[in-house]
Formats: sequence, C-alpha cells, structure tokens
Amino acid sequence: MSLDLRYFAWVRERVGTAEETVEPPAGVTTIGELIAWLARRDEGYAAAFEVPEVIRTARDHEHVEHDAPIEGAREIAFFPPMTGG
Amino acid sequence: MSPTIRIRIQAEVFDTESETALLTEGRRDVGASVAFTGWCRDEGGTLKALTLEHYPGMAEAEITRIAEEAARRWELSGITAIHRHGRILPGEKIVLVVAAARHRQAAFEAASFLMDYLKTRAPFWKKEERIDGTEGGWVEAKESDDAAAERWENGESSE
Repeated sequence: MSLDLRYFAWVRERVGTAEETVEPPAGVTTIGELIAWLARRDEGYAAAFEVPEVIRTARDHEHVEHDAPIEGAREIAFFPPMTGG
Repeated sequence: MSPTIRIRIQAEVFDTESETALLTEGRRDVGASVAFTGWCRDEGGTLKALTLEHYPGMAEAEITRIAEEAARRWELSGITAIHRHGRILPGEKIVLVVAAARHRQAAFEAASFLMDYLKTRAPFWKKEERIDGTEGGWVEAKESDDAAAERWENGESSE
C-alpha cells in the first residue's frame, strides 16, 4: 500500500524532507507501528521519532491517536504539539 | 439558523475593523461582537521575528471544525477566524477571531473557546529568530494552553 507522508516543524527538519511516499510492509497496520518502522530508517528518522509519545499525528487532515489504522488513508502527517495562535 | 463561518489562512495582514463589519453589515439581529487579536510579542528585546509554519489543507479544515463546534455550543450569528503564516515581526498581528451573537455572553465565550482550541489543535508551529542572528528554535507548546482548552471539555459554559 502506497502512503503519502508529511512532516512539519522539527520533525520535518530532523527527517530531512517535508513529504514523501512510502510503501510500508504488511505488518505495519497502525500509525504507531508506522512510527516505529520509520524510526528504523536512518539517524534522522530515529532522532525525529526518538520520543514517539510527543509526536502528534493526523490522518487525511484530521487529528488521530497512534492506535489509528493506516488502511485506507491517503496522507499521514507527523508533527510536534502545535504552537499557533 | 446556522452562523456564517469565515476561515482564512493567509500571509497578509488583516484588518480587524473590516472583518467585524463583515459579520454585522446588513443584519439587524446582532447585539454583540467580540474580536480577539493575537500579536507577535517580543520578550526581553531578543526576538527579531517569528516564522509560522502550517499544514495547508488541514489548517483550514481543523479551524472550520473548531468553528462548527462553537456554533453547536453557543447561539451565534457569525464566526470569523484568520490565521497568518510566514515571517511575522514583533508588533504585527498573527491571529484574529471574531464571534458575533445576539447576546454578549455567547460572543465572549465563543471567542475564548475558539482561541483555546485553535492554540492546541490548529496545525501551526512558531520558530523564533533572534536579534543576535542566532536561531531561537521552535517554540514549545505550553501546558497552560492545554489546560485552557481542557476546561471546555467539562462543559464549562453558561449556556
């Protein structure tokens, strides 16, 4: 399954890209598992996802928790807690 | 009747007065409007500028969801929310929320609710640039902002 990923703020800086398309292996079914899989890719990803609990995630432009499934998603985004306003 | 909801994400400066006028012109049923403006603030004379990053598409969608929730909780005639992105200097405006209603309590509370939710749920991130040329880094989220948003979850509202 091909999935578009977006990264923002310091997650984007550590990963080294703002967006990409990935093909997660079959065993990756939730966003939490996707984070664990991404963290193993290289040092940048490892640094971005060092403390998974602080990472906020969105599925198709809606906030979701890490136990949300990735099946059927078009775009998953990863970012730190928001500081707008 | 469902309120008029206007959401804009833009780099340009906005005008509070004309945005408020848009919510009231041609209407005879608006008794109150509350406009909140958030400004770029320098603390201790060290901030040169803020750069606001956002998630295009989700920013509009999330603020719309927040406005729709406000419309469910209070009797409102109109809501406007404008959030800027890009490089913003101290003394410039960052965000505007206007709530218009028949009565002031709904307008006050809805504007407060909109800002509390916007700060914790709208996908924007601030990065600081220092006057001495160093990068100040990403602004950290405040627990007090989370607490401010959470108080609305316990139904703390006069309506």
